This record gives sequence, C-alpha cells and structure tokens, in this order.
Amino acid sequence: MTEDRITAVHGAGGELMERLLVERILPKFPLRRAGPIGLDELDDGAVVELPPGHVVVTTDSHVVKPYIFPGGDIGALAVCGTVNDLAVMGARPVALTLALVLEEGFPLSDLERILTSAAEVLAELGLPLVAGDTKVMGKGELDGIAINTTGIGVAERVVPDGGLRVGDAIVVTGPVGDHGMALLAAREGFHLAGELRSDVAPLWPLLAPVLATGAVRAAKDPTRGGLAAALNEMARKARVGIEVEEGEIPLRPAVRGVGELLGISPLEVACEGRAVLGVEPDRVDEVLTLLQSHPLGREARVLGRAVPQHPGRVVLATGVGGRRFLEMPLGDPVPRIC
Amino acid sequence: MSEGAAFQFRDPGRARELAALLRRYAPPEPVRIVHVCGTHEMAIAQYGLRSLLPPGVEVLEGPGCPVCVTPTADLDRAVKLALGGAILCTFGDMTRVPGTRLTLAEARARGADVRIVLSAADAVEVARAHPGRTVVFFAVGFETTAPGTAAVLLDHPPANFFVLSAHKLIPPALAALLAAPSRRIAGFLAPGHVSTVIGARAYRAIAAEHRVPIVVAGFEPLDILYAVLLVLRQLREGRAEVENAYPRAVTEAGNVRAQELLREAFEPAPARWRGIGEIPGSGLRVRDELAAHDAARALPVEVEEGEEKPPGCRCAEVLLAQAVPSDCPLFRTRCTPLAPVGPCMVGAEGACHVWYRYGGRPAL
Repeated sequence: MTEDRITAVHGAGGELMERLLVERILPKFPLRRAGPIGLDELDDGAVVELPPGHVVVTTDSHVVKPYIFPGGDIGALAVCGTVNDLAVMGARPVALTLALVLEEGFPLSDLERILTSAAEVLAELGLPLVAGDTKVMGKGELDGIAINTTGIGVAERVVPDGGLRVGDAIVVTGPVGDHGMALLAAREGFHLAGELRSDVAPLWPLLAPVLATGAVRAAKDPTRGGLAAALNEMARKARVGIEVEEGEIPLRPAVRGVGELLGISPLEVACEGRAVLGVEPDRVDEVLTLLQSHPLGREARVLGRAVPQHPGRVVLATGVGGRRFLEMPLGDPVPRIC
Repeated sequence: MSEGAAFQFRDPGRARELAALLRRYAPPEPVRIVHVCGTHEMAIAQYGLRSLLPPGVEVLEGPGCPVCVTPTADLDRAVKLALGGAILCTFGDMTRVPGTRLTLAEARARGADVRIVLSAADAVEVARAHPGRTVVFFAVGFETTAPGTAAVLLDHPPANFFVLSAHKLIPPALAALLAAPSRRIAGFLAPGHVSTVIGARAYRAIAAEHRVPIVVAGFEPLDILYAVLLVLRQLREGRAEVENAYPRAVTEAGNVRAQELLREAFEPAPARWRGIGEIPGSGLRVRDELAAHDAARALPVEVEEGEEKPPGCRCAEVLLAQAVPSDCPLFRTRCTPLAPVGPCMVGAEGACHVWYRYGGRPAL
C-alpha cells in the first residue's frame, strides 16, 4: 500500500519525497529550465532569462471534481488554465511553476497520469517547468488534489480585456460550455461518452498567428461564468455595449441537451480551450481564416459586435426573435470545475 | 435549428408569424395577462418574449413561485423544529428564505440538521436511515409536487416521519387574485404542469364566474406566444372561456390517479400566502387518518402568525401581479439573489430572481 499511495511520510520532505520527485515526477517533464538554474538543481528558486517584451505573470489554483474527467484531467487543466490566461493577455508562455497539494492516500497511479498529461501540454508548447513544490495533507483535510501553477510570459503587445471599440466584431474560437457541461454530466453520472468532453487545450498555438496580425483589440478566455461572464466583463471594462445573435453561438447538441435537462445555461459554464476576441471590423475575415486553419479554431465564428448603446451590458437576440440582456452570471452554477 | 422535435416549438419563422398575429389582435387599451408559474416566467425572460408582445400587452407573473408564497410562520415552524433536534428535509431554495428571525440555512449554521432533498421519497429514506430521530419533510409546492407527498404519506411511512405541509392549490389563488379590489387582470395563462395534474376542467368555474379568459399554456416560446394570442382573441371576441393550448400534455380531466392520491392524503384548508394573506381552501391539510404523520398536529410549536414585511420590499404587489420587479426601489440595489430582501428574490422561480438573471423587460 505504501508504495502506490501518497503517505504522510511523503510530506515530511525527506528521502521518500526526494525519491518520488526524482524517480517519478521530474522525468515526465522534458524541459526543466529557462535559464541557468531550473528544476534539476532542486535549488531554492529558478533563474529565468526572458526575451525582450512586456513580462506577464499569472497564477491560478485548480481544484476540480472529478479530478479525472471526460476529455482531460486536473494536470492538463492546471497547465492550460495558466498558459491560456497568458495567451489572452497576448503573451507567449516562457516558464511555468507547478505546486501540488495531495491528500494522504492519493493513488500514485492517478498522480502519474495527471503529471503525464501536464507534461504533454508543456511538451506541445515547448514550455519548461522551472520550479515546483509538493505538500501532503492528512486524510480528509483535502479532497484528493489541488494544483497551483504560475506562468511567466512575454508579450510584444499586451491585449487587455477592455480594449473593445464600437464596431468591433466579437469572435469566439469554438463551441462554448463543453468543459462545464462535461464535468456536470460526469458528476451526475450521465453516460454520453464521446459526445460530451472537456475542451481543455492550450490556446497559444491557435492565437499566436492571430495576435501577430495586430487586429485583435481585446481577448478573454471564457472560464468561470462562461461566455456570459466574459462578454459582460469585456463590455463593462470597455464601456461599450455588446450585441450577440444567439443563433450564431456555436454549441454542441450534447451541451445544449444537458443544459436543458439540468436547467443550466451553456452560456454560463466554463470553457477551458476557447477565447473570445474583439476584432477590428474590416479585418474579421483575415482573423477567421487564420483561426479556422488551426484544428482548435475550425468552428470559430463571429457572434456579435460592439455597439454604442447600453454601455457595459450585453444584449442577446434570441433564436425566436426576442431580445434580452445576457446578464453577468451570479456565480458559476457548477462549483469546482477549474 | 434542426435538432429534433423539441426545437419545433422554438421555430423563429413561426415566432415571427405569431408576433404579427399578436399585433393584429392587440386591443386598443392596455391589458394585463397574468401567469402563475415560475417556469413560464423563466421561458418568457430567457427567450426575450416580452419584446415580441405588442405595446400595451403585459404578461406578469403572479404568485407562481411556491417558495416565494410560503408564509414566514411556516418557515418559523420549520426553523423551530430543526433547532429543536428534528432532521428537517426540504427543497434547496427553501433553506434561504427568510423567516422572522432565521433562514433554515442559518439554523443549520447554528447546528440544526437541515438537509436538502429532491423529493418526499428521499425524506422517507432519511427517516428510515435514522429510526431514532424525528424527521420532518417541509413540503412546499403546488399540485405538481403535492401528489408526491401524498404518495409517501399513504405508503405507510415510518413512525418517525412527519410532513409539515405548506402545499398550495392554484385555482383558489386565481380566484383570489380576481377578487382583489384593484384587479386589472384581463386573462390568465394557466400553468402547464399543474394542469397536467388537475386538468383543464379545473378552471372552468372560475372562468365562468369571473368572466375571464383562461388559457392552459406550455413552456416553449411558441406555446406561450400562442396562449397569449388565444387570450387576446377571446378578449376581442368577448368570450371568457378555458382553452387548452397545451394539448400535447394536458387533458380535460388531468391525472385522475394523482387527484385521488391528493384527496386520500389531504383535505383543502385555508392557507396563508406570503404577501397575499389567507385564501380559503387554498392549502392542503393532512387528513385525520394520517394525523400521526402531520407535523402541525404531532409536533406542535408556537410561532407568531403575523406577517413580517421587510421595509421597502414590494414583493406583495409583485405576487399580486400589481407591480413588476423593476418597480421596486430595492430591486438590483439592496435586493439581489446573493443578498435577497424579499421572497421573490430568493426562489429561483420568483419574478425578481428571474428578472435579475435574465434582465426582465429591457427597453431595447
């Protein structure tokens, strides 16, 4: 038992933890430095050398239930969540730190799987893991696992949430609500395998060429609170109105269906591999073409535009021809999804 | 949208045609049509249907949210039972509704055992799992949830299981709204799922006596627009009848078995509705034969019967369909779903809560 589960001894910082780190955790990460001192040195900190540009730093803690879900796990999520925050700031990720908090008794096989998927995302991005930490808490003091990641990125041009101007097109890079609904369905025990999967994915490869055009004036990843929260924040910060055509919002049928069944709007639940962009109106086609040429952006769509009316608020033209405000969600209807 | 049959009742082309017909049938003077169903309000708000109604035609939610109309005295009773050591089981929204002093959620924070269940049957399971404890199911809801409570009462529940009935009936509430002195109700949309139980015939006496059109309505956008159209057509033609615009779910007689269960377990009794007051015959009292499971008789507690009305709150008028949420000065300012002042903001089906989430009636 001691061999295949996390024990309190792992948390004591001695030999057992060092063996776990050196034998099972570190080898999963091919890139372990972004400067002279990185993960291998097991020093008190990493030394990172940065290319020129604006330095962007972001951090996020992830507690998700279940920690392995259709389409991904907390490992992939913890990396994507942070690098996507960098990406929608306009920043290329340069280095990442990762801190694990584990509950005593956590299965080592699950830990391996989680770290493998984190490492796969990092490998895809060519992004080094430069520092890390592991703590163990007693049985019952934590629900399995929590992961914090901090990302350092560099932006040539920073893209703020609030850069939207009247006339800009609102573009979404793919169907919304997949992550939140997949988790919800998994928790409720719905069997819709293959249909309902988290969209968790790193956005930088999709967004890099689009951001390079300079046509993107605002960007946000619709995580907690989903598309509704992202659009409301963009409208508020830019003091413009946003008009959205409900019929243009890409939604997978399974996501729509589960939403109907549970009475939860897919527009209010999280995505983990999508971005909402405010694009200069005369350059929309160029941006859409670039997005759609990438596998992650094939279903990218224009779903609305920024308008001078009702500044700070979002209006939805509903499928049946009605109009209403799309309000800021009260709180994510699905707790602990990211 | 061609994603199957469910979406045929959201067809944009049909919605446009109905909107045009509604304009044609709109009367010259303003009319107020009242529905009494949180699910109707949700659909109306979510699909922005008010923007498709002709000017002068208003559709308002009356006392359609069972959580909102539960009086403070019933809540105080539940809180007292919970603080007194009973396991108190109820539906989720009820835990946040303010009583005189405490909500059930606050009682739980003080150590009371308050549990959220999805049905009366779940509460019976709790009672079986804890034979040494008193388990009270705080039963709220209209004719839709009441048969579920009746079924467990009649199915020989364990001796430690009790029902605190705050169940209410819809037809007496419609009659009470019509009898209110300042009524300006031109017609009703009758609630689809209540009507599946009680049948379209349950409204005939009211329509005839009060000379008011009543149309049974479903919950998809076209269902609602069509039902409004039928009300306007009756008004234009000077008729006051019951029409069934939801025949795919509602029959004339309703669910006779469910009606029998209700009659076997309960008898109609006067009941207080928050904001409205006492309505004769609008409550369901557990029958004498089942009194051993009636919390009101078997577990008596002293509470004030009076009505606490938070200062400034206009929920009473909202529940009487005499005001809309945005008429209230507290709406969106001091009163929000996270910090509700009045009951209409607490219940997820309350008009204020729905207007907060979906933007109500925007001037767009």
